[in-house]
Amino acid sequence: MTSRKTELAVGVFLLAGLLALLVLVLKVANIDLKGSGPTYQLTAHFDNIGSLKVRSPVKVGGVVVGRVSAIDLDPVSLLPVVTLTIDARFDQFPETSSLSILTAGLLGEQYVGLSPGFYEDEDAVLADGDQVEDTRSAMVLEELIGQFLYRAGEDK
Amino acid sequence: MNLSEGIAQLGRQGLSAMTAMGRALLMLIGALVARPQWGKMRPLLVHQLYQIGVQSMLITLVSGLFIGMVLGLQGYLILVDFGAEESLGPMVALSLLRELGPVVTALLFAGRAGSALAAEIGLMKATEQLASMEMMAVDPLRRVIAPRFWAGVIAMPLLAMMFTAVGIFGGHWIGVEWKGIDSGAFWSILNASVEWRQDIANCLIKSLVFAFVVVWIALFKGYDAVPTAEGISRATTETVVHASLAVLALDFVLTALMFG
Repeated sequence: MTSRKTELAVGVFLLAGLLALLVLVLKVANIDLKGSGPTYQLTAHFDNIGSLKVRSPVKVGGVVVGRVSAIDLDPVSLLPVVTLTIDARFDQFPETSSLSILTAGLLGEQYVGLSPGFYEDEDAVLADGDQVEDTRSAMVLEELIGQFLYRAGEDK
Repeated sequence: MNLSEGIAQLGRQGLSAMTAMGRALLMLIGALVARPQWGKMRPLLVHQLYQIGVQSMLITLVSGLFIGMVLGLQGYLILVDFGAEESLGPMVALSLLRELGPVVTALLFAGRAGSALAAEIGLMKATEQLASMEMMAVDPLRRVIAPRFWAGVIAMPLLAMMFTAVGIFGGHWIGVEWKGIDSGAFWSILNASVEWRQDIANCLIKSLVFAFVVVWIALFKGYDAVPTAEGISRATTETVVHASLAVLALDFVLTALMFG
């Protein structure tokens, strides 16, 4: 009933289907098969996070070194708390490093830019659970326009 | 008097729709809820995978290629007005992964494999092959329905994956080779916007649900057909019409649940 030819054709069919799935996963979604290596977490308080989202990239000089893993509001200080998960290969950021929320292009996604600071002493590097003190908030267009109009009104 | 006759008519239709659904469910339970007999099932399943999957492959691949190419061309013509032709990649990939891949494959599958299943089983019933199986103490639900059901549920998602992959390459071909978009930009923007769980897993879930519905409708329409030439022709038509409507309506519900 089922000849060898049929079985062969079915085998090719199944392989082609799985291959298509593999192509979609690897080439289109670009999943890293290595998975995520060891990471460590940093937190930071911002005044305003704009439209930053969980999974937004953290970049140093344009290179992605980690992702935003959680966004929450501190119930006491009422400031947004952003948790960053950074690749453990990059564990030498000095404690004086600063974070700013930047926008890719004019209308692009927002990301966290990390600018490494200077070394105060050799051991003062950011480690797991540390908080980054120096942060700059997202630029919110409406606030900028508001400030501009306010100043323009004062000058008269 | 006329009014009560109308209401009674409505009631009759409602009841017959309900009993048909009940029969469909009983058929499915009878076919699937059983001790698996892998040895007996395997050759039947392979044969059905050939009939349902391999023979639907050509139409699926060709349609996928052309739909991807059309999406690429139309998308380019619109995006180039905004100077955003580099975003062609995500446009083609997301429309294929999220909607067109599962839906068009399911519609093609209903037309290509579903109608054949309904006609085959309807003819088996009309020529009393199903009844003679029962005479020989062979359960036609498990011998005829079950392998076809599983073959359809296995084959359809794989076909949808092939459709989507070929479609994306069709769009890439038009965008990069014909319209001169940079290949690196095409893939990198595409990679940045396609997400594994949001898009590919949902594409798989959608195609599995559609496969289940299309195969179930096709098998039931055949199994429940009036055993005459006219009955079989009606069963085949109803399979395509009902399965297509069910797929389109379910697609809206699933999209609302996944992306709403």
